[in-house]
Amino acid sequence: MNILELTLLIGLGSLAAGFLGAMTGLGGGIVITPLLTLVFGVDIRYAIGASLVSVIATSSGAAAAYVKEGFTNIRIGMFLEIATTVGAVVGASVASRLPVSAISIIFGIVLLGSAYASTRTASKSGSDGGLDRTAALLKLDSTYPTSQGVKTYHVRGVPAGFSLMFVAGGLSGLLGIGSGALKVIAMDQAMRIPFKVSTTTSNFMIGVTAAASAGVYLQRGYIDPGLTMPVMLGVALGALLGARVLPRTRTSLLRVIFGIVVAVLAFEMIYHGITGRL
Amino acid sequence: MNRPSSAWTDQRVEGFVADLLRSGVGVASAVVAFGGIIFLTRHGRAMPGYGHFMGEPLEYRSISGIIMGAASLHGRNLIQLGLLLLIGTPIARVAFSVVAFAYERDRLYVVITLIVLAVLLFSLAGGHL
Repeated sequence: MNILELTLLIGLGSLAAGFLGAMTGLGGGIVITPLLTLVFGVDIRYAIGASLVSVIATSSGAAAAYVKEGFTNIRIGMFLEIATTVGAVVGASVASRLPVSAISIIFGIVLLGSAYASTRTASKSGSDGGLDRTAALLKLDSTYPTSQGVKTYHVRGVPAGFSLMFVAGGLSGLLGIGSGALKVIAMDQAMRIPFKVSTTTSNFMIGVTAAASAGVYLQRGYIDPGLTMPVMLGVALGALLGARVLPRTRTSLLRVIFGIVVAVLAFEMIYHGITGRL
Repeated sequence: MNRPSSAWTDQRVEGFVADLLRSGVGVASAVVAFGGIIFLTRHGRAMPGYGHFMGEPLEYRSISGIIMGAASLHGRNLIQLGLLLLIGTPIARVAFSVVAFAYERDRLYVVITLIVLAVLLFSLAGGHL
């Protein structure tokens, strides 16, 4: 197979990944690396570089649509980005020192966790525990639009959320993913931020986090232009179509199918990591 | 926490941010696609070598190398330039937030945002820990 044929196939695969990622809310970035390594035999370091860049494209595209709706809390996002960007730089630095097999196994485990996390739809947050001193000091409390009018929310658990965000950033830098699932858990569960605010703010943060490790990956020579071109264009276009075709609808059957695909890919990544066939 | 006056500026800021993100991704994609067409017409029939990691040569890694190659319309350098613009889009957004918080006289968040910006620029400069 020559470069032209391979580019077209990778572009189509990335288009499908971006499309399904946007429709299911799992994000397209998470299946790009397994797709490239397991199906197309790409070295995992090139695959992670290409995936990371495509994450920036989808996050920025989606954030542009979300930012006007009034859910995104820029202050929460910016404060937590101190943790995610530092984590991302550390993660990207660790990536170049770990053996390929270890990265593959960690990737598989995180993939399983993300598939599981995506099955949760409702959240227990929204219970308002009143003022928290750290959150008040950082001016994190805000309001968001609901069907019953504008509602105020109070943020809690700032140290726990901040620590989880460092881990999310580290995984993003290590594996070239957006870590959207973990970011939402940190805000929704640890900090008790309303679910809709958590998901949109997470989306805003993903692009900035990915940009922090992309610089390191570029300088280390992990970003191959010929490979990244069809991945980035495919995922970006797929995500755009996915968001247009089914706005806000979460077809449960599609989520189940995509979840199974992700789980199978996860076990394959772990298996390949253990047997050293990457 | 939003006073009426800052709510008005917040809305304007958000509109600008949405435009910034959309045009950043759009321009980056166009440059990547343009470089991709040049790359595929010149090298489309060659055999790919993505299976073995060798690391990219300096002309695809360093910002100056990418810009010099893109200026002479080399396909792969143009792709890297587009990707560099894409990486720059969230960074530009953070930089703009510094200005927006300064405009709102929010000193705490000017400092917080500057820290994030510093980490991003440190990474883009190579980020060796």
